[in-house]
Amino acid sequence: MYTQALNTSESDDRHVEDATQAAAFQARIDAEERIEPNDWMPAAYRKTLTRQISQHAHSEIVGMLPEGNWITRAPSLRRKAALLAKVQDECGHGLYLYAAAETLGTSREELVDGMLAGKAKYSSIFNYPTLTWADIGTIGWLVDGAAIMNQIPLCRCSYGPYARAMIRVCKEESFHQRQGFEIMLTLCRGTEGQKAMAQDALNRWWWPVLMMFGPPDKASQHSDTSTRWKIKRFSNDELRQKFVDATVPQAQFLGLTIPDPGMTQDDGGHWRYSEIDWDEFKQVLAGNGPCNRDRMAARRKAHDEGAWVRDAAAAFAEKRKHRQLAQAAE
Amino acid sequence: MATPNTPLWEVFIRSRNGLAHKHCGSLHASDATMALQAARDIFTRRGEGLSIWVVPSSAITASDPSEKGMMFEPAESKIYRHPTFYDVPEEVGHM
Repeated sequence: MYTQALNTSESDDRHVEDATQAAAFQARIDAEERIEPNDWMPAAYRKTLTRQISQHAHSEIVGMLPEGNWITRAPSLRRKAALLAKVQDECGHGLYLYAAAETLGTSREELVDGMLAGKAKYSSIFNYPTLTWADIGTIGWLVDGAAIMNQIPLCRCSYGPYARAMIRVCKEESFHQRQGFEIMLTLCRGTEGQKAMAQDALNRWWWPVLMMFGPPDKASQHSDTSTRWKIKRFSNDELRQKFVDATVPQAQFLGLTIPDPGMTQDDGGHWRYSEIDWDEFKQVLAGNGPCNRDRMAARRKAHDEGAWVRDAAAAFAEKRKHRQLAQAAE
Repeated sequence: MATPNTPLWEVFIRSRNGLAHKHCGSLHASDATMALQAARDIFTRRGEGLSIWVVPSSAITASDPSEKGMMFEPAESKIYRHPTFYDVPEEVGHM
């Protein structure tokens, strides 16, 4: 719906950002007004959001890969239909988000090229492999659970198109976590071997999922301005703690053990987790996770092999336009 | 020579902060600027809007309502796209 045509004339970034404009902008944010594509905004606000929304979009698209790996091997038609529907949703969510990012003035092609060139990031979690069927349950339960924890506050983000996209995403995603938990519950009520498979998946995914919330507050480089601009409503550590508190009772219900022997419950009822291995997080972000190269290769292959479809669609549209013009002239 | 008909415009209004523009009607105007002014006078006399879009009606491509059965049938059978399809015991709480 939005196009770059909305952002007419010279880009706002060329304005001299005087203090009056910046103060008026901050006042709008403080008053909980939503910022819309044609409104004046600081260049850094535009840049931060373009980075964040496009990374979010790339994550949805790359996130289709680990789960797509199991579509042909789902254990029943019911599970297969659900997984297909979920992967379709991720694709749709990527497209909503690219469209929201485009309202800030960067084209879809540029955003996608940035990812394919390795310049733009996507969520570190998708660089881990899906080795067994229990991984599909764990992704729905924990990865989507963590994503929902992150995304619900984004529904109130100060940038209108992003907030509206997130409302739609959250609504559609409500089934993702439930289908994951249902898979886990079925495995945990199954044979010893199935329960062991569920525990193994939890063991492998737990720490990478906690890393999804990003670096600890004391080390996060973007948080301060993002909070002031109400792009972010809660800190990384706050969201991580909320997630852990919500998840521990669910694991207990399943009869699974969180792979953190040092975990304790404090007087306030919060589950305190042990130190996270941030070196692993940095390694994965730097491209050295178990599947980084696979994921990038798969995206590049899909993009290259899809080139003829884009070309054919453009050629067909051109041909149809000429035919209509010719008919109109008759 | 006959005077051409005045073009038709579709009007979209953002009624409140944070909401998307929503279609509210159409009007005739000779160009986009006049369409915007006319939209303000016709559709927002009681402060119904914060922002208006006008789009030439001819620029809209619409699906055919008489083919809605065929158009939307694929979604009808896919009950597994809804959260209620999945069993999560009540003790687990909201998910």
